[in-house]
Amino acid sequence: MNLLEIKNLKMDFGTGADALRAVDGVSLTIGASETVCLVGESGCGKTVTALSIARLVPTPPANYVGGEILLNGRDVLKMPNGELRSIRGGVVSYVFQDPGASLNPVFRIGNQIKESLKLHKPGKATNEEVIRLLKLVGISAPESRIKNYPFEMSGGMQQRVMIAMALASEPRLLVADEPTTALDVTIQAQILELLHGLKQRLGMAILLITHNLGIVGDMADRVAVMYAGQIVESAPAKELLRHPLHPYTKALMNAVPKLAGGADRLSAIPGNVPRIGNFPPGCRFAPRCPIAKPECSEKIPELVEVKAGRWVRCPFWK
Amino acid sequence: MNQTAPIQNQTAEQPLSPWQLFRRRLRQRRIAMAGGAILIVLYLVALFAGFVAPYSYDRLDTNYSFHPPIWPRLQGFHLVVPRYEQGGGVFTYHIVENDVKPMHFLVHGDKYKLFGLIPASIHLFGGDDNHPIYLFGTDQFGRDVFSRLLYGSQISLSIGIIGILLSFTFGMIIGGISGYFSGATDTVIMRLCELIMSIPALYLIISLRAAFPPGMSSAQIYAMIIIILSFIGWASMARVIRGMTLSLREQQFVLAARSLGQTHLKVIVRHILPNTFSYVIVAATLSVPYYILGEVVLSFLGVGIQEPSASWGNMLTAAQNTEYLRNYPWLLAPGAAIFITVLAFNFLGDGLRDAADTKA
Repeated sequence: MNLLEIKNLKMDFGTGADALRAVDGVSLTIGASETVCLVGESGCGKTVTALSIARLVPTPPANYVGGEILLNGRDVLKMPNGELRSIRGGVVSYVFQDPGASLNPVFRIGNQIKESLKLHKPGKATNEEVIRLLKLVGISAPESRIKNYPFEMSGGMQQRVMIAMALASEPRLLVADEPTTALDVTIQAQILELLHGLKQRLGMAILLITHNLGIVGDMADRVAVMYAGQIVESAPAKELLRHPLHPYTKALMNAVPKLAGGADRLSAIPGNVPRIGNFPPGCRFAPRCPIAKPECSEKIPELVEVKAGRWVRCPFWK
Repeated sequence: MNQTAPIQNQTAEQPLSPWQLFRRRLRQRRIAMAGGAILIVLYLVALFAGFVAPYSYDRLDTNYSFHPPIWPRLQGFHLVVPRYEQGGGVFTYHIVENDVKPMHFLVHGDKYKLFGLIPASIHLFGGDDNHPIYLFGTDQFGRDVFSRLLYGSQISLSIGIIGILLSFTFGMIIGGISGYFSGATDTVIMRLCELIMSIPALYLIISLRAAFPPGMSSAQIYAMIIIILSFIGWASMARVIRGMTLSLREQQFVLAARSLGQTHLKVIVRHILPNTFSYVIVAATLSVPYYILGEVVLSFLGVGIQEPSASWGNMLTAAQNTEYLRNYPWLLAPGAAIFITVLAFNFLGDGLRDAADTKA
């Protein structure tokens, strides 16, 4: 059994005629100790998909209209609140984009980590355990650091503290929502290395959300690419990076700066991301697609397995 | 040469915690510190009122009705108390020359209970039987205004603090819930707040007073006044906290706490409300005067603290009569006490606000 199975998830913001479909039929599986990257542009629905794993999107305004999210075989969308609270942190933990904003500014970081312990391991809510966790995430002199307020730390250290909080409850799945976007490049590398090392030591699964294809190759076992609320391509990481099949993935790859590529201008994808609620009919990428054909605008293509483990939402992938 | 100085010599100064920064900024504000010092003295005196007051609050001496203030004077190296005699008209007193007795310190006098618990009879100072010390004169029953002022401060000053604690706790939790859940909960709570705030406070106070039975004990009346004032006071607090919660709940640390499995109520109490404390402390300090004045109004109107118990409000009731005011101006002493207290709270509150506002 897979640790996480999202099946055909559909989520609206708002109801009735005003409903905007933010997530449209997303399916995603994560096995135990697997690292999956979810890649896509801002606003494509990757964050709400990730937050849905612990039903953290407030309803209303959100409204789940279809699909299921099986975590350890239990449907999160139908879970009673008590069980939901125990899986939050207990089975799935989150690390968010901006560590400075994720820590409560008025509490010492030691107490914040302790809060996480109190919720899931009441017997182990001690300073020793907090210090052990801070050491685990590579914070030096943790004994004195537990008395720090968040603003006394650098962004990288704040993110390490967030990771320590997330790991305190020993989750089986760590969802890292753009964990390095707010950090500068050298710190990014350190944080990713830390996540990678922790994954191997603790054996948890990671869902890494990013819009940076550069970090996919280092971290991921598999990659899912999202566009306008749908998954357009899903494949093992190495194969996807080597041979992207969907035109959107190809366009994304072309937009990544390369070290050995001369000084040409970076290619950009023409046009804009369609606004939610205003998606084009048929294939949502068609208006920007270099290989679009008239029939692309008629019917939404299905996500089909074209080779073993390679799923593409485009009939013209060849 | 210094370019390669060892790194441990470059220890950066530890950044100040918000609390340290706050205290430093507060200390720079003289008027606020003066206000704070005055309040500390007032509250200490209220705490030890039985000891500092030379007489009991209900001791009367009809030979000394409307007696003007009697102050000890310095004779040689001793403080002595002069004697006054009635004569030449109603409530007119003359000093009797060459009849002084020394003023005593730490003397036995009227019995009282320190902190309402420990029986005691030692007073800070006192005179003799025929040489009383009435620092602020006496009222129509010959009771010492100074002593009653101190006993009254126990009620008047504590009502402010307890009332604030009650109404702010309530207002913060209700406001937090209202802002956090928003939607229908928010609408209902906010309309209720507006309802309470739209009724003129005085009418509300008096009609609420009517809801309580007459003939209550002093302690019951005291509790009633606090309940009435808090009932009116929580609404404005709830509105402000609700507004702050609306913005705080969108902060990522709220989502982070939720993602750890924290309950809604604990997210509100542990994560959102503490972020409003810098505002709340300032608002509380600036609101205490309203509670003190509220007690004064109730007692002044005769529906608050009842005689013979003393409060600043019911002591001022005696000063309603213009005749009295003209002839016995010392009856206004509680008014001066209220004035000083309210001013001190406002000075302190202003200073706290400036110190807490890091943008200033």
